[in-house]
Amino acid sequence: MAQPTDRFYTKEHEWVKIDGASGVIGITEHAQSALGDIVYVELPKVGASLEQGKPIGVIESVKAVSDIYAPVSGTVTEVNSSVVDDPAKVNGDPFGDGWLVKIDVGDAGQAKQLLDAAAYDALVEAESH
Amino acid sequence: MTNATEERTALYGTHVRLGAKMSPFGGFLMPIQYSGIIDEHRAVRTAVGMFDLSHMGQFVVTGDGVPEWLDTLTVNEVATMRPGQARYNIFTNESGGALDDTIIYRLPSHWLVVVNASNSAKMWAWLGGGAAKPSSVSLDDRTQRSALIALQGPRSVELLQPLTSVDLGSIKYYYATEGMVDGVKAEIARTGYTGEDGFELFIAAGDAERLWDKLTAKGTRVGLRPAGLGARDVLRLEAGMPLYGHELDETITPLQAGLDWAVKLDKPGFVGKQALIGQRSRGGYDRIAGLIMDGRAPARAGYQVFYDGAAAGEIRSGSPAPALGGKNIATALVSEKAAAPAAQIEVEIRGQRHPAHVVSLPFYKRSR
Repeated sequence: MAQPTDRFYTKEHEWVKIDGASGVIGITEHAQSALGDIVYVELPKVGASLEQGKPIGVIESVKAVSDIYAPVSGTVTEVNSSVVDDPAKVNGDPFGDGWLVKIDVGDAGQAKQLLDAAAYDALVEAESH
Repeated sequence: MTNATEERTALYGTHVRLGAKMSPFGGFLMPIQYSGIIDEHRAVRTAVGMFDLSHMGQFVVTGDGVPEWLDTLTVNEVATMRPGQARYNIFTNESGGALDDTIIYRLPSHWLVVVNASNSAKMWAWLGGGAAKPSSVSLDDRTQRSALIALQGPRSVELLQPLTSVDLGSIKYYYATEGMVDGVKAEIARTGYTGEDGFELFIAAGDAERLWDKLTAKGTRVGLRPAGLGARDVLRLEAGMPLYGHELDETITPLQAGLDWAVKLDKPGFVGKQALIGQRSRGGYDRIAGLIMDGRAPARAGYQVFYDGAAAGEIRSGSPAPALGGKNIATALVSEKAAAPAAQIEVEIRGQRHPAHVVSLPFYKRSR
């Protein structure tokens, strides 16, 4: 499965797309597929500080509760209230309309510790075997 | 992810071919979902869902004195069952806790005791060992030679009738009969665990794949979906049915689980009877309550429950309920006061308390 190449990935299946000082965070197609029907999304408030690798919210499917981890540190500038109202949007378009939060990126250099699309592809491939 | 020690049912290859998500359950590698839990749930509530339940333990019991013996081990009556009847029952220990819950079938030439996969080994050991089986009674664990395919949903009769000469209309709810289904020998039971009409087909393991494929082909027209254990758990919770390990276990009695209707304390002696008589006469015991969350966060097994500001018990099962418009439903084992219908309680979710209220079970009842 080809991942979008314009962003970085975590081993926990989040993505972050960085544009200058701002970033968008979501979960991957693989993550939404593994979770199944998403029924509940709990996100941090605007202004909250995120620390790389720490939980920032929760996504629940019918059967499972999963933490969402911050791919990079930063400060929340916007929360996608439409996925809170309609969590199935994360299933429908995880890389697009199903984004979760926008942030001011604290240290863009942290992205170097993340996976690029090819490395994430390899991770997903390995996990499905 | 998978463990080599897990068993596979006769339909394992079929599930993999269908792209099911497989997960360990009760010692077997079982399909959790195919198209998605919500889609599969909808199929069962409005059309037909097809389940592989071959992981469940199937014990055949024959000989003189079978019902009298089973009556000494269980809370519900066995000896009063009519030919062809199926009855929900619970095996109890001396303290009245549940060893397992089961459906017992009275078939023409044998009794069939169907136990939970997770309890199969324990129940085999109990029935064959500790339970003082009379020498006139024989036990046979046919699980590995058998398969169990369940069709559940309002269009089950429409799907199944063309494949059998048995008049399905003559099989009442919680009855069973022997007959041929698409040319193979079957025990056809009008039982289930979803709150819908439907059938459970006990067949030989070697017939399972062909019958599954035939039902799939014939089922397209009536909206059949293969359905996994994920949907099954949501369906049974909506229907207020207990799941062993959640609403029942060795420390939770059938009275605590609210299964009083199945507990016949006027039956002659059975294991746990004195403990249950004592519990009922004392009253005031913790019990299973049905909850609906007032907010959007789902309650999950293990979350703490508070009543009047104080700890009152814990959630035992929880899920969003598609049949209730996505509301979050749960069961909790709580104090008598907290279990009263309409009681306002709180559920602690990730450190915050969320309001909920108690309702009578079941959450969902089909219109007949």
